[in-house]
Amino acid sequence: MSALLTAEGLHLHFGKVAALDDVALEIHPGEVVAIVGESGSGKTTLLRVLAGMMAPQAGQVLYAGEDVHAMGEAARRRLMRSDWGFVHQNPRDGLRLRVSAGGNVGERLMAAGARHYGDIRAEATEWLKRVEIDPARIDDMPLQFSGGMQQRLQIARTLVTRPKLVFMDEPTGGLDVSVQARLLDLIRALVAELGLAVLIVTHDIAAARLLAHRMLVMRRGQVVEQGLTDRVLDDPQHPYTQLLVSSVLAA
Amino acid sequence: MSAQDEGRPIQSSTPDGAAAIGRHAIRTEALSKDFTLHLQGGLRIPVLRDVDLAVAPGECVALAGPSGAGKSTLMRCLYGNYGAGSGHVWVRHDGRDVDITNADAREVRAVRRDTLGYVSQFLRVIPRVPTQQIVAEPLMARGVPREDAMAHAAALLSRLNLPATLHGLPPATFSGGEQQRVNLARGFAPGYPVLLLDEPTASLDAANRDVVVALIAEAKRAGTAIIGIFHDTEVRDRVADRLYEVAPLQDAA
Repeated sequence: MSALLTAEGLHLHFGKVAALDDVALEIHPGEVVAIVGESGSGKTTLLRVLAGMMAPQAGQVLYAGEDVHAMGEAARRRLMRSDWGFVHQNPRDGLRLRVSAGGNVGERLMAAGARHYGDIRAEATEWLKRVEIDPARIDDMPLQFSGGMQQRLQIARTLVTRPKLVFMDEPTGGLDVSVQARLLDLIRALVAELGLAVLIVTHDIAAARLLAHRMLVMRRGQVVEQGLTDRVLDDPQHPYTQLLVSSVLAA
Repeated sequence: MSAQDEGRPIQSSTPDGAAAIGRHAIRTEALSKDFTLHLQGGLRIPVLRDVDLAVAPGECVALAGPSGAGKSTLMRCLYGNYGAGSGHVWVRHDGRDVDITNADAREVRAVRRDTLGYVSQFLRVIPRVPTQQIVAEPLMARGVPREDAMAHAAALLSRLNLPATLHGLPPATFSGGEQQRVNLARGFAPGYPVLLLDEPTASLDAANRDVVVALIAEAKRAGTAIIGIFHDTEVRDRVADRLYEVAPLQDAA
């Protein structure tokens, strides 16, 4: 099976700082890939470049054979509405705060072409249930929700159109531990059920172990190690990966 | 450019013309493993050297040797959880031999889904997921319908003396012995052609040990190749067809 997304030779420097230094990556359908590393390692930059939100200074990103950075803004937005989804660390960046919970989910469906109001509302209700939000709150505004609920709403909004590839930037960051576990469970169940490919940026090694099939370790803009998640974590080869793994508190 | 070398080469080397391993379900070839501890000034610890082990379908081999000899390390290499320093681990998968040591991550996943099972000593699962689902998941991943997978999981859990009242609960609050039985049910449920068992009876009582011995015997009859570490010599003698000695390297040198 061929790769869904392929990146090659990505370079991006902010002044003297290399955010991306010759990064290559492939992701296949149904695959969950985690990108880990400390703050400033370039992992969020990589996610934004792969998702077409930021242009690299060199290298290219291909999605289904098409150059993501050469396709133009309109085509990229179309991709974001159909094949792709992006889950932001802060749910407020991914939600429309002046639109109801149901509206947030329904809006994505309408953007993807749904027109029948009753169908849209029914599907929005169904998705609120799937992410464990009481459907009775369908007309509430996102700001009336807790952080964990907002994050689940963002996930519902993202997945309702059944994207093939979802980018996630620290989706459990800033949430209570109990809420994190629930969210991890939810993400994993949805990934298995919908066969999504997911690129997830996280500094939570334990979460990456449970969610990701494959892992990339970044440091100073370089991918220093990559492979099967449990092998990278249990038999790390690179000095930085060994430091990263040995610094994690066992739970 | 040593940092660049760490990204393992992505290649699926399954030479079609390689010497047929014939009747072996899993086979190592001159497998060696060292650990290099970069945080300890690059200290190198050799653990395995030139291990040649072959196991046929229906055969159970027990790894023997003192603590620290590298038995668990060998098991983890067989599962691809540890990489190899040199040598190969050939697993018969889907009609061909796949080298777990250098197959790409997606191929290792496919081998683990369909062919190679591993019961570790500790259960590591997502919080909140109910026990029955944990056991049913590997079956569903292979395409078994959800209802059948759940029914099979429940039957196996009950056989391992985990009552139905526990099936709907996540195992986080279970005792060590109960968690081990969840792990065993998850490992035995799919009927893998190759099964690795790391101390499968360590925290079990006599009745449950007997269940595990029976499960191993049934798996062997069904053609499963089993490699196990059994500190319980009574269990070992009941299930193992032969021993494979893993000698500490200092002694072997």
